[in-house]
Amino acid sequence: MHHFLIHKQGDQVGVATTDITAGQQVVGVFMDDDSEITVTSLQAVPLGHKISIGVLEKGGKVIEYGIPIGIAPEGLTEGEYVHTHNIKSARW
Amino acid sequence: MGQLFGYRRENGKVGIRNHVIILPVDDISNAACEAVAKVVSGTLALPHAYGRLQYGEDLELHFRTMIGTGSNPNVAAVIVIGIEPNWTKIITDGIAATGKPVAGFSIEGLGDLEVIRRASWKAKEFVQWATELQREPISLSELTVSIKCGESDTTTGLASCPTVGETVDYLIDQGATVFFGETSELTGGEHLIADRMATEELREQFQRTYDRYVSGFASQGVDLLGSQPTQGNIAGGLSTIEEKALGNIEKTGTKQVIGVLKPAEAPQNGPGLYFMDSSSAAAECITLMAAAGAVVHFFPTGQGNVIGNPIEPVVKISANPKTVKLMAEHIDVDVSPLLERSITLPEARERLLETLERTVNGRLTAAEALGHREFVMTKLYPSA
Repeated sequence: MHHFLIHKQGDQVGVATTDITAGQQVVGVFMDDDSEITVTSLQAVPLGHKISIGVLEKGGKVIEYGIPIGIAPEGLTEGEYVHTHNIKSARW
Repeated sequence: MGQLFGYRRENGKVGIRNHVIILPVDDISNAACEAVAKVVSGTLALPHAYGRLQYGEDLELHFRTMIGTGSNPNVAAVIVIGIEPNWTKIITDGIAATGKPVAGFSIEGLGDLEVIRRASWKAKEFVQWATELQREPISLSELTVSIKCGESDTTTGLASCPTVGETVDYLIDQGATVFFGETSELTGGEHLIADRMATEELREQFQRTYDRYVSGFASQGVDLLGSQPTQGNIAGGLSTIEEKALGNIEKTGTKQVIGVLKPAEAPQNGPGLYFMDSSSAAAECITLMAAAGAVVHFFPTGQGNVIGNPIEPVVKISANPKTVKLMAEHIDVDVSPLLERSITLPEARERLLETLERTVNGRLTAAEALGHREFVMTKLYPSA
């Protein structure tokens, strides 16, 4: 059973489909090809919130749906909880 | 899908409800309208906040919304009440063009009580006439459907909006008409919509419309985080406007867009998918879409928006497992099994189409049953 879903291959983040606790080994499914990925969560991620599935450099574009959803000013690491504290809109 | 039954109006348009509405031209005529609705059973007053000292494009939008609301095929007949006779007549004449029964009354020189007496007589006549109208077989292609999501979260982008998107593609293939809007809420994915415009001219029209709307925010010099996306969006896991927009756009499906509509503007290019310039605030947006002729609305929600509309039934679709449990009375279609991947998107679409069939044929939606009738006029700028 998966813990999160990723819209597309190449996305930086997945969306938790259940409440995830810190330090949990969690499985994600890519919705475009049904492949799976396993990461270890660094923080708790509530249902509907995002988890980073890889490393992103400082100021890098955060990709979801195959499209940038904002910038990560401090970058991201694998398993990190992703929300308004570490990503910002590039529009307003 | 089984046989659909609806009301075919004088102008050939098809409705799925049979309202007799009491429509105030302006804020100060609300009291008389509400009084008539109390006196005559089976009527529905639509009080609102505006209609005085408006001018220019804002006044045009007011008239378009009023006339469009009365002209909606879910409406059988209309009583219009305004303070002055000339604006009242503009609205009654506009509605009368559909061929449906409409009567206008103005309060100046008579007072509320005399207007209530006269309008109630007419309203009773309209109700008794309308309640004898029969539903008849209609086809899916005769329906105009509006779509707009609210209290979105990441589950809307993952599941409830894709369910609507699949359904919209199906409806367009069947020859139906669909409106989407929410101009600001395309931000970050506006290029995806621009790429789907049927002609280069429409593409330019869309881009102008979008740029104009969004430049309004820039001129205010404010941080929209907390407004767009909303606090509820953020609580639901959405972090940026771009992320919210990409989820929102999922519900528009994949078809070409064949028209760019002004707020409350009825489509002119025949059946197909239309973009309407509109606020992303639910009540304003749905009021505009109903005024353009939509007879049923699909509303994906994540955190649980409870919106309804007096004219068009609002069907709520949610994939958030907490919302469908904690706010069950508001949700018409539960597609949360999509998150567990225990149903497929085509199966979710079938759930929505089944609910659409029942809604068209007369079953009240959750919002109708709970009395949600949010009727909110869009105001473009302050009155004179």
